[in-house]
Amino acid sequence: MGGPYFAGVDVGSATAKAVLVDAAGKLCVHVVVPSGGNLTLAADKVLAAALAQADAVTGDIAALIATGYGRESVAGRTRSVTEITCHAKGAHALYPDARSVIDIGGQDSKAISLDPTGMIRKFEMNDKCAAGTGRFLEVMARTLEVPLDEVGPRALTADRPAKISSTCTVFAESEVISLLAQGETVERILAGLCLAISQRVNSLATRTGMAPRVIMTGGVAKNTGVVRAIEKAIGFPLTVPEEPQIMGALGAALLARADAAK
Amino acid sequence: MANRIGIKVQNKVKEVVFMSLLRGTLAKRKLDQKIAKLAGGKKKSNGVKRIPIKTADKMKLLMGRYYIKAKIAEKDPDQKIAWITSGGPVEILHAAGVTPIYPENHAAMIGTTRMADSLCSVAEDQGYSRDLCSYARSDFGSILSKKSPIGGSPRPDFLVCCNNICGTVTKWYQELQRIFDVPLIMIDAPYQYGDDRPEAIDYVKAQLQEMMDKVGQITGKPIQWSRFEETVYRSKEALQLWRNVQDMLAHRPAPMNSFDTFIHLAPIVTLRGTPECIEYYKTLQAEMQGRIRNGIASVEGEKYRLGWDNLAIWYKIQFLAKKFGEYKAALVVSTYAKSFCYEAPYQDEKDILRTMAANYIAGYINHGLDYRERELLEMAEKFHLDGFVMHSNRSCRAYSFGQYELARRMEEKYGLPTIMIEADQSDTRSWSDEQIGTRIDAFMESLIARKNAAAK
Ligand code: SF4
Repeated sequence: MGGPYFAGVDVGSATAKAVLVDAAGKLCVHVVVPSGGNLTLAADKVLAAALAQADAVTGDIAALIATGYGRESVAGRTRSVTEITCHAKGAHALYPDARSVIDIGGQDSKAISLDPTGMIRKFEMNDKCAAGTGRFLEVMARTLEVPLDEVGPRALTADRPAKISSTCTVFAESEVISLLAQGETVERILAGLCLAISQRVNSLATRTGMAPRVIMTGGVAKNTGVVRAIEKAIGFPLTVPEEPQIMGALGAALLARADAAK
Repeated sequence: MANRIGIKVQNKVKEVVFMSLLRGTLAKRKLDQKIAKLAGGKKKSNGVKRIPIKTADKMKLLMGRYYIKAKIAEKDPDQKIAWITSGGPVEILHAAGVTPIYPENHAAMIGTTRMADSLCSVAEDQGYSRDLCSYARSDFGSILSKKSPIGGSPRPDFLVCCNNICGTVTKWYQELQRIFDVPLIMIDAPYQYGDDRPEAIDYVKAQLQEMMDKVGQITGKPIQWSRFEETVYRSKEALQLWRNVQDMLAHRPAPMNSFDTFIHLAPIVTLRGTPECIEYYKTLQAEMQGRIRNGIASVEGEKYRLGWDNLAIWYKIQFLAKKFGEYKAALVVSTYAKSFCYEAPYQDEKDILRTMAANYIAGYINHGLDYRERELLEMAEKFHLDGFVMHSNRSCRAYSFGQYELARRMEEKYGLPTIMIEADQSDTRSWSDEQIGTRIDAFMESLIARKNAAAK
């Protein structure tokens, strides 16, 4: 297949994502793989997989922008850009009327507000600990012995959320265990966890000033329980793209294309 | 008497020895710098080239001499030492011949030398809350463990606390009083929500008058008015020089940046009121004039200009200077460096004490939000700022409270973007290079994109 392609590689703490767009900016290929322990290796792997899918070789890549937590580990990058800029770019490209982005990834969450042209007005990050992130949900799901993809649907069946006062992964884990011991249902606990995350995100959102349309990106956007809880907390419906995880990589690929056009 | 002369000679010898040791360190540093220069000759360090500020070496000597003199004073029964807050009326102490010691300055050195974590832990182990300001914690830790970057502060004969900077110092100094069992002079400087109130100025003036009497009683010699006046004028001159130096950063490109000013404010804090302080800032001013004449920039190719709010993050000055430098962004003004040279609107040469009282309540952090907003806006205009970097400081509530609101006002009313860096002035335990670095990257990316879009 013919290039040239513009690549975006987003290496996060949990997953690595690669996107290839063509000269017209059309999304051609996207791949998501687990990051594992070695970020450089993950970056190589995800890019190789994307190239294989496109039936292309490294030489077909005109420019590559790396983003995400492991952006400096991506070999062959033209430059690196933060995930904030990339998520904003990706979300705005797909939804030109987007004014806000909420992203919850493996180890951080962020809220971004955009102006009508897609320029970032303000952003807030929660990056001090795993509280209220994908990692937090993973640990809790494991404690409750619930498969990760069932967390959302089961949380939505609860009649009311259990009260979880801490989003600190360590404290919440012991809180969850004690709730279980008190005979609280798994569903209510799951709903309580989703609520706790939404409250945490809401404080970021309030500080940036949310306005519709709000796009939710990142792996946690696949969790319907969290999505509904956030909608309730911020008071706006969320738009979740078909592939919320690749938004950063898509933004990076589009920026690579824009760079080349300069 | 002979004995006294003996002590003096001994002390002189000690001072000479100390100074030569200090010079030795400086010589070694120069050598290190040369080696680094040679090593870095081929490598480009992210394109950020820096021409060091020469006056900094002078400061090392000045501060070294100050601390050694203070240690000598500790041994001399005729000399008195007072510990005082950074915003305290030190002119009264100088006029009385009392050596002032600043626990906050000592704590900043603890922060710079990265001793704060371990010293804070010592204090925490004794029950001081982790929520207490890290300056206070590391100071208590240093007193308790006798560990310090400068071999400890000399013991106080009395304490002077002025709460024009925060409420923390009130409790901090009461605690010091308990530890050392010495007199404490407390100056209560009311918080000003709007314009400085005349009755507040009178209230502080009365306390300053009282302080003069008390200090006279402690030293056994009433303070001579002429000497006091002289000290106040010296202080005023030094403050004006320091203001001039800071104003020179309005020049494009700025001859030095805010991170440099954090280093160069040590003499204004510790030595204002002395001739050495005036000399120091004259030298610095002349060096800056030279740098402007010769087009020497603190950030080569300066493109963006930012303001800084809140205390320095002592253990990350290099990191931050480098990080912003990579984007050709210079921090050119700060509310922090300016903190130490506020002049009140009220000035009356005939009433020095009242003028002094007015100046001591005039500081940035002794004021409410509207005042702070005006200050920031004035800075933005005068220094041609593209945005603000706000250090949301875990330790310093007095300073950090209201920053989110100020950031909102800057953004919404004046279109000035702000980045909030959550950290602590000296306790490194909540810092992460990776995470804060990403925030700064994202902030600079969006700032640059906005500026580019506006230019089109
Ligand atoms: S609370 Fe703030 S003003 Fe008070 S001593 Fe600590 S750093 Fe200084």
